[in-house]
Amino acid sequence: MRYVLRRLGFFVLTLWVALTLNFLLPRMMPGNPALAVIGTYKGGVSPQALKALEAQFGFTTHQGLISQYVSYLGNVARLNFGISLTTQPGTSVAHIVLDAIPWTLGLVGITTILAFILGTLIGIIGAWRRGGLFDSIMPPILVIMTVIPFFWLGLILILVFGVKLKLLPYFFTYTYTLTPGFTPAFIGNVLEHAILPAFTLLITTIGTWILTMRNTMITTLAEDYVRMARAKGLPGWRIMLDYAARNAILPNLTGFAMSLGFIVGGAVLIEEVFNYQGVGWLLLQAVFNDDYPLEQALFLLITVAVLVAILISDLLTAILDPRTRGAS
Amino acid sequence: MAMLQAPEEPGGAGVTGEPGLPPAIAPITAGGLLASGGGISGARSLRRMARAITSNRKASAGALLLLLFIVIAAIPGVIAHDNPNAEVYPKLLGPSSSHWLGTTALGQDMFSQVIYGTRPVLLIAFGVGLGATIIAMLVGVAAAYLGGVYDGVLNVITDVLLVIPLLPLLIIIGSYLKGAGTAVMIIVITATGWSYTARQLRAQALSLRSRDYLEAARVRGERRLYIIVVEIIPTMTSLLVASFLTNALYAVLFSSSLQFLGLGDPNVTSWGTMLYWAEQAEAFQVAPLWIIVPGLCIVALGAAFALINYAFDEIGNPALRPVRSMRRSARVQRSR
Repeated sequence: MRYVLRRLGFFVLTLWVALTLNFLLPRMMPGNPALAVIGTYKGGVSPQALKALEAQFGFTTHQGLISQYVSYLGNVARLNFGISLTTQPGTSVAHIVLDAIPWTLGLVGITTILAFILGTLIGIIGAWRRGGLFDSIMPPILVIMTVIPFFWLGLILILVFGVKLKLLPYFFTYTYTLTPGFTPAFIGNVLEHAILPAFTLLITTIGTWILTMRNTMITTLAEDYVRMARAKGLPGWRIMLDYAARNAILPNLTGFAMSLGFIVGGAVLIEEVFNYQGVGWLLLQAVFNDDYPLEQALFLLITVAVLVAILISDLLTAILDPRTRGAS
Repeated sequence: MAMLQAPEEPGGAGVTGEPGLPPAIAPITAGGLLASGGGISGARSLRRMARAITSNRKASAGALLLLLFIVIAAIPGVIAHDNPNAEVYPKLLGPSSSHWLGTTALGQDMFSQVIYGTRPVLLIAFGVGLGATIIAMLVGVAAAYLGGVYDGVLNVITDVLLVIPLLPLLIIIGSYLKGAGTAVMIIVITATGWSYTARQLRAQALSLRSRDYLEAARVRGERRLYIIVVEIIPTMTSLLVASFLTNALYAVLFSSSLQFLGLGDPNVTSWGTMLYWAEQAEAFQVAPLWIIVPGLCIVALGAAFALINYAFDEIGNPALRPVRSMRRSARVQRSR
């Protein structure tokens, strides 16, 4: 119980830090971004957006930093993130963000789950069948796979499968001319557009799952209870899954819970390369267009997603691993 | 972290499987070769590491690659004879004997861009590797020696920084900075990225706190600085090296990502900015090498750091090594 309370306390603390960071960053940076925005869009900004800017930065209202901070926290608590300045001028930030979330959840979410399941299975089998080709060749290849930059692999796949072989589409989430709807043609089109970005993500992330699972599993295989199971003459697959893998999976499982948090903001570069209109792509649009309200809301969303996932993974550890409950 | 990190890290909790490590920023856990015996002198563990590099094939490959890049970064002018920024050639030439990789859409020699692009990337890698390791070392020393409030505060800062998504944060900071040059890049990535290895060093340092030889040094009346420099830091040598490698790797990936997005200084010739200009120029059709080669360089440099690091893990945990030879000898024994 003390463990859970401590983790909850940490969650609140990090949330506060993220909020404060979000508040302070635009104010700390050289030059006043708010004034810069006003300078650029003088006359072009709608009164509504101007008001949103004022709320965001509090620079014309002659408020002190503290009272700006309080009203900022109040706005966030009421989920009032203001109005987009440049990306979709006049539209509420919350609306734009909600439009982008499903695309990211679909693409990155499904791929993350797939990479975790595949990677863990390969890791289990790789550790079980020691001494094969896997042992000598795979670790260095997997290590190299984990350092391939997302965006570069994306570019290469576009080059090979999109431009040279003309097999797959590599731009946007679906073909412009189609009307979105739950028709087989549209769904097929969406899936087709997701193949290349999903594959990019799968290749660059699966190595970590395999290596972590393999390395923990190898340590577990040396345990006495595994030897005991062998001595009892249990079938190999039972020892592999019920005795070794079951005990070795904890690091991968907590890592997985955490990576669920990174789904929301974890594929910024892939979405950018494929012009996939999810949260990460939106963040870059906001950054490039100096759309501060949108930018702040997205950063907060991405951070909160990670914090919630870490809280869940901590609680999961407490449930699955009794040792953490007693310790510290 | 791609985290990742981040990127990216990423379940990269590695062998230890510590909870709380964001997967996007931790693909490979560093720090095999733990000086777990305590009191192993820094020089001795450095020598052990040198022997490890020559005896482990993965480590040798990584070290050779790294050495190659260091040589290129030191003497780019000897290897490539063209000014990387001079827009003096016909645009988008194919590879030829005078332009090994062809020319860019602005008529620059691509080979010399790749060669000259090595230095800024290596500077960032070494700068961040050193900077982040120094911060991590201070956090570790504070935990081992000062304890109490200092350690508590530093620990909370470390943990909080560890969970803030780095790439989005860097993108936002980068956008405010408008064209970050090499020095700014080093400062920003160091300031945001040190927490992962600091946590590992702190864990190691905490295990030192109650060791007898520290108590003995205190009883002997040694000065604070002596205890920290002579008694505490040497026991961390292997973890410090691992921390350097991990942070250098992330610096390469993060800085290239930022440059690719156009958030770096566009006047600095580096692999990331090359990819940025290649994408701007729609190089897919006209000059595929413009995309392929700089990316391969990033992968090769990243692999150099990662392979050395992974080899240290293997050396620290012998169970992870390939077992083919073990098996063969076992078979030989059985056949007797």
